[in-house]
Amino acid sequence: MTSLSQPAVTPPSTSALPDPNGPELDPGASHGHGHGAHADHTMTGFVIFLASESLIFLALFVGYAVYKSSAPLWLPAGVEGLEVREPLINTVVLVSSSLVIWLAERALHRQRLGEFRAWWLLTMAMGTYFVVGQAIEWQHLSFGLASGVFGASFYLLTGFHGLHVVTGLALMAFLLVRSLRPGLVLPEGKGVLAVSLFWHFVDVIWVVLFVLTYVWQRR
Amino acid sequence: MASSTSSPSLDPRVLKEPLPMPGPQGNWRRYFTFNTDAKVIGIQYIAVALLFLLVGGLLAMIMRGELITPPADLVDPTVYNGLYTMHGTVMLFLFLFPVLNGFNNLLIPPMIGAPDMAFPRLNALAFWLFPVFGVILMASFLVPGGPSGSGWWAYPPLSTQNPLGHAINGQLLWILSVALSGVSSIMGAVNFCTTILRMRAPGMGLFKMPIFCWTALAAQLIQLMGLPVLTAGAAMLLFDLSFGTSFFKPEGGGDPMLYQHFFWFYSHPAVYVMALPIFGIFSELFPVYARKPLFGYKVVAIASFAITVLSLIVWVHHMFYSGTPQWMRNVFMVTTMLIAVPTGIKVFAWIATLWRGSIRLSTPMLFCLAGVFNFIFAGITGVMLATVPVDIHVGNTYFVVGHFHYIIFNMITFGVFAAIYHWFPKFTGRMYYESLGKLHFILTFIGSTLNFLPMHWAGLMGMPRRVASYDPEFATANVLASLGAFLLGVATIPFLLNLVSSLVRGPKAPPNPWNAIGLEWLLPSPPPAENFEDDVPTVISGPYGYGLGRPLVEDQERFERRALEA
Repeated sequence: MTSLSQPAVTPPSTSALPDPNGPELDPGASHGHGHGAHADHTMTGFVIFLASESLIFLALFVGYAVYKSSAPLWLPAGVEGLEVREPLINTVVLVSSSLVIWLAERALHRQRLGEFRAWWLLTMAMGTYFVVGQAIEWQHLSFGLASGVFGASFYLLTGFHGLHVVTGLALMAFLLVRSLRPGLVLPEGKGVLAVSLFWHFVDVIWVVLFVLTYVWQRR
Repeated sequence: MASSTSSPSLDPRVLKEPLPMPGPQGNWRRYFTFNTDAKVIGIQYIAVALLFLLVGGLLAMIMRGELITPPADLVDPTVYNGLYTMHGTVMLFLFLFPVLNGFNNLLIPPMIGAPDMAFPRLNALAFWLFPVFGVILMASFLVPGGPSGSGWWAYPPLSTQNPLGHAINGQLLWILSVALSGVSSIMGAVNFCTTILRMRAPGMGLFKMPIFCWTALAAQLIQLMGLPVLTAGAAMLLFDLSFGTSFFKPEGGGDPMLYQHFFWFYSHPAVYVMALPIFGIFSELFPVYARKPLFGYKVVAIASFAITVLSLIVWVHHMFYSGTPQWMRNVFMVTTMLIAVPTGIKVFAWIATLWRGSIRLSTPMLFCLAGVFNFIFAGITGVMLATVPVDIHVGNTYFVVGHFHYIIFNMITFGVFAAIYHWFPKFTGRMYYESLGKLHFILTFIGSTLNFLPMHWAGLMGMPRRVASYDPEFATANVLASLGAFLLGVATIPFLLNLVSSLVRGPKAPPNPWNAIGLEWLLPSPPPAENFEDDVPTVISGPYGYGLGRPLVEDQERFERRALEA
């Protein structure tokens, strides 16, 4: 927690000197110097935001658990439970995409832009597969939003998570397009880091959600 | 996620991309644009919030006009429900939160020597959401069926009813407005926390930071932890109201109590979000006007975080009479009473600061002294209310109304006034008129005491809250309260007159009119757009060194001279 007790601001006299490497060429060395110091704030802010965001899910999960264990009516009439097989495949795809995005991050760090784009696109494809799979599942379900607390909380949880996946995909597409802009080599490093962090967050949330809704079926 | 190829010679602590230009100082137009300067945003927040203080006050005066006689004669009881719902919502979400965000914007960067907030664009966006959700809430007066009448707490089943069947109804607009306010507050909280943690001047460790920054950090942490939970509850309420779900409808298997948990998990700590910065303001002002260091600086700083932690485990005390099991009541009674420890520590620290000080009774000091006096009174009634048997007896009576108005108006809003007067010269460059300020204080103190003190009495006698008509036995207390409310309305006249006339023709303010110690007082009045810019002073001693004869920063005289010459 050193960063809490000591301000990370470097004295202006040193930071005003031009960085000999130049921040654009050497993203790794720019920490605490020049532009890098600002980017660190972005990550600080982003981590604070994600911590706060995770509490919305925590609140929804707690609400779900309370309903599940105490609601007098749970599954609507004619509904046996949730099909697990397809969602499990979806889960495996989404969770593996966390590894793929890490590979993309590593490729960027090693300045292999083509490789980065390939892994990045693969992550996007896996995320898209997940969202499409979710949509297909929704279409085939025999209960709706108004089917008691079960239906409502199932759609609220999966829908709110799905919204996050779509947001992540949009951010990735945005960064991918930016990486194609000529003359701009690596300044998106921090953006990539943030989106990748967001993607891991979305995956972890999904694992909890999957356990709560699909694995914990009996009560 | 904005990133750029900025040249390395620029100040590293801010994004120096072409941000929307502040415009020349003194040009009124810059207050109506998407301006990213924290000082402009701070004044924007405070100005719009004061506008809504007038709206909320007007609603309150209509209510008090209704309550001056026992029968419901001035307004219809349904209208009355809408009035108290909107009064509460306006005062909390459109006055207090924004006005305190205004102080955060004005004070945090200069106090820690930062040129601006960490994310200037996000900051401006958070501000511009404020008029948007303000207009949305006000628009609910115009929709069929009028504004929401389910109170600012919006409990189901009342808040899930839509008797007229319109898709756009008062309750829906209420939820949208509160949700947008939450989004704006989260943006603000991310910004304030990052700024405080990452952008302090060289040498300013956490324990050399002014108490206001400590309390702001503690308060914003509550926002970050509590608001998401409220958002989850509000989303579920919205689905129940508009999309036919039954999260909180017992007939569909739902549980209305869960909403109460979601709501109070945030909305009790929300009181500390408002109270903590005011504790900070008291801690800033007492040393200045008593010419003594703050007593127990470290303990006062840490007590803020004790309040943050405790605030998250007290919410059920709002639900003692809502079918809460006895073991839960006992637990939350104890945790609620524990809050008295850190707040008590602060009160004793303030009293010890004043002890044998050379006290200067200027307007801000008067508001602070009266605010602490009222806070002690409200603290005592708070401990009474935390006690389960007492709460079950006086819950939902005017005793509760009196108690929280003593907190929210007689302490918090007094602190807001104190801060406005104290920092007015710094951020406008003009002195305010002391005599008008004192008149404002006297009218406000008499008015608020007359307004809220008799409520305790009526409540102990058993007068229920949220009613447009009442038994004639409560008439005396209500007449007194109504007279107090109208006096408070009158008290805004010298206040606004003072603000406007001082802005226009007040005497020019020197950089440090109160001989105060703090980085913000080393800047010219008003401070330039980027405060210290690249020449940030190095802090060498803790704050509040009154009478100790030690400089706050290296080269202090140079900074003082520079501020004078500007």
